Amino acid sequence: MDLLISSFFNLDILEQAWPFLLAGFWMTIKLTLVVVPLGVAGGLAVALLTTMRSRIVKWLVVIYVDFFRAFPPLVLLMFIAFGLPFLKIDLGAFGAVAVAFLLNTSSYYGEIFRAGIESIPRGQYEAARSTGLSAVQTMAYVVIPQATKNVIPDLISNTLEVVKLTSIASVVALPELLFAARQAQSVTYNATPIIAAGIIYLVCLWPLVRLLSRFEHRQIALH
Amino acid sequence: MLDRLVDTFFNWQVMSEYLPKIVEGFVITIQLALAVVVSGIACGLVLAMVRSFRMRPVNFLIIGVVDVLRALPPLVIIIMFYFALPTVGIKMSAFVATWLALSLVLAAFSEEIFWAGILAVPKGQWEAARSTGLTFLQTLRFVVMPQAVRITIPPLTNRTIAITKGTALGAVVAVGEILYQAQTAYSFSYNPSPLTMGAIAYLILFIPVVYFGRWVETRFAWKR
Repeated sequence: MDLLISSFFNLDILEQAWPFLLAGFWMTIKLTLVVVPLGVAGGLAVALLTTMRSRIVKWLVVIYVDFFRAFPPLVLLMFIAFGLPFLKIDLGAFGAVAVAFLLNTSSYYGEIFRAGIESIPRGQYEAARSTGLSAVQTMAYVVIPQATKNVIPDLISNTLEVVKLTSIASVVALPELLFAARQAQSVTYNATPIIAAGIIYLVCLWPLVRLLSRFEHRQIALH
Repeated sequence: MLDRLVDTFFNWQVMSEYLPKIVEGFVITIQLALAVVVSGIACGLVLAMVRSFRMRPVNFLIIGVVDVLRALPPLVIIIMFYFALPTVGIKMSAFVATWLALSLVLAAFSEEIFWAGILAVPKGQWEAARSTGLTFLQTLRFVVMPQAVRITIPPLTNRTIAITKGTALGAVVAVGEILYQAQTAYSFSYNPSPLTMGAIAYLILFIPVVYFGRWVETRFAWKR
């Protein structure tokens, strides 16, 4: 028990590591605030492209989505962070993470928005157009708001996954929460910083998990 | 320009030198993925069935553990298992740490999905089955689970695919899977061609899986 406390919940170590963890935590928040809006915007764009009449566009979008859904995000990130600099494209750690996340998450968000848009009945388009709205206005004011509302649980679920995924940025040495914790661990030779990082993730994300499990039960119960 | 592109990302010499390593990684990725899928889903199924007994303390425990596993990033769990647990005397290999972490995460997600499926089976089904003389366990086994599992297949498939791709996270603790092999080869050769090979290996492995997921989704489409 003492060993457990001194290795996992060591307050002296925690005090030393705290400034690092806090800096890492802010970086994780900053990263989230960049990658989530980028992913949502990218996903919406992907979904809107699938509503186009052109077959070629549709095919290209399907290939894009399947390609990036098949690619583990960490592989994509490493490719961008370590491979592209050989072509003199050096985005830096933050830039590489942002681009990798945009490519990966936009395909997931895209699939979700597509399902949402497909759930809107044809009549809604016809009614909107017949009141004199243009096609773009119909999408923006009638279809997308309803589509989004229909897929809110999936959007939250995916966003939770994206926030958790930001931890892979530690692999390309972006000083976010996990990276800070591992650094603190290697300096102090004690696992407390890693446990602390885990607790920080847990405290921040647990409310989302609770909310989601409510949604999920309701969704399947309606089935 | 094109020459440089080919020389950098598709360098034939580097690729042929490291191909055996990538193949080795490919095999390990498949082993790890299969192990995770089998143990994760089996564990999730058992947990959901235990939950259906509705024993309060047990259910609170299950909900608590499942919530923790859903809130923590898988990479954090792997790192805890591999770097933190040895400090209290629990040692495991990188492969076992990755397998255990991903299995637990999949178990948590699949428990939630199976449980939602069990809840979706109308109460009348339980009552009818019990009134014909089936025991609680027989009802669960022959009446409720077959219906519950069917509606959980699409969400379960998607979640399983997503978690299986997490096998690449094993590279961080040096499990010799595809990404680790590619990364090591890249740092030896200082040429990103091994990374290209790794990427191609993942596509070969996962594009069929993604298509399988799409097929399952249309085959067992939810009626909303």
